[in-house]
Amino acid sequence: MPTSSQTAPGVVVVGASMGGLRAAEQLRAAGWSGPVTVVGDEPHMPYNRPPLSKEVLASDVTHPAVAFRARASTADVAWRLGTPVASADLAARTVTLADDTQLPYTGLVVATGIRPRRLPCPGPVAGRHVVRTLDDAQNLRAALRPGSRVVVVGAGFIGCEVAATARGLGAEVAVVAPEAEPMTRPLGAELGAALRRRHEARGVVFHLGRTVGHFSGIDAVTGLVLDDGTALPADLVVEAVGSTPNTAWLDGNGLDLSDGVLCDALLRVEGRPDVVAVGDVARFPNARYDDVPRRVEHWSIPTDTAKRAARTLAAHLAGEAVDGEPFAPLPAFWSDQYAERLQSFGAPGLGVDDIRLLEGDFDADCVVGYHAEGRLVGVVALGGGAAATAARYRGALV
Amino acid sequence: MKVVVDMERCQDHGQCVFSAPEVFQINAAGRLEYVADPDDALREAVEDAADVCPLQAITIED
Repeated sequence: MPTSSQTAPGVVVVGASMGGLRAAEQLRAAGWSGPVTVVGDEPHMPYNRPPLSKEVLASDVTHPAVAFRARASTADVAWRLGTPVASADLAARTVTLADDTQLPYTGLVVATGIRPRRLPCPGPVAGRHVVRTLDDAQNLRAALRPGSRVVVVGAGFIGCEVAATARGLGAEVAVVAPEAEPMTRPLGAELGAALRRRHEARGVVFHLGRTVGHFSGIDAVTGLVLDDGTALPADLVVEAVGSTPNTAWLDGNGLDLSDGVLCDALLRVEGRPDVVAVGDVARFPNARYDDVPRRVEHWSIPTDTAKRAARTLAAHLAGEAVDGEPFAPLPAFWSDQYAERLQSFGAPGLGVDDIRLLEGDFDADCVVGYHAEGRLVGVVALGGGAAATAARYRGALV
Repeated sequence: MKVVVDMERCQDHGQCVFSAPEVFQINAAGRLEYVADPDDALREAVEDAADVCPLQAITIED
């Protein structure tokens, strides 16, 4: 029998957030008992990100309160944290870390996620925040005071959640975004308008249809000037203007990295049997809808993709046939803004051109249906008991 | 198998119900109820339920 050092070097998981953790757990669940090494740039063990725009800003929350509990099956996984990845050579099957360590692999899991896009506008940098990591959120919390003048750039989920949390802390909050209504792309204009009115009722001021021209201030931001010349004073700015997949380390391998890592229906990276991708860096087709590969930045996706990708990779490593069940997760997401819950099932973003109010009133508790070619593709409930209300429609989406 | 839900954390998202309906349910009042000692045959379903809990409030204590 060969010793372990003479056999396969094992699986390297690049990315130590939720997707990396779930990949390690699901590789064990899928029967892979060989070595697993998880590499991550952040110093922390994997933690849950949804609280970053809410509880972590509103109170003193430290890593233990948001850390994931890892399954016992991952006790022998090696973690290399605080170590960014530099490059990979998929032909030679090696990953090189920023500290020049080379890690050979027999199986590779791409789980490097996304990073916040930054505004390219001129002006000072100090006072400009993003909310992606625990450190980001704690830095923003330290700067937030009652009465702080906060300008949130971007009216997606993170921007709107940060606006709500900051308002709850007594900050003066303005939101700047190019869209006509907040959260238009995922939810459509009608529900976006309803959410805007809820924010406005609490004193948030919206500057919609506007972009940032430049930041003013000498050493730190003291305000910003919009494209129409409007000047907004600001003690701090939160940039929530979307994200960029972390794929530069895969350059030079001939991959399509135009928007994340292109995967097949079994989450293999462009059909390679020994490389899979998980989480919001993965661009994959969802057989439930169509064959168009998309990246999906929902909290549920790391867990869903890890389960399918681990089965794919574990079968390959065991020399077995890969089960061909195409990946077809039912997307789900939620948002908490003020004391209100928004719960979504399905893919409302695919049905924003045919929106029907299913229950209630846009300005009270409501349920909204999203349709594509007449078929219900997504349901969003807003207000008290939204999770249970949306759940009643989930069966119609499966 | 022993299941514990931190009811201080639980915010009744109900995602666990879809993964393991034999173990978790939302009652008429909208609150979570669960079986604390489910059959071991349900382990994978309960593990899935613990994974999908947005508040990470579900623990499996063997």
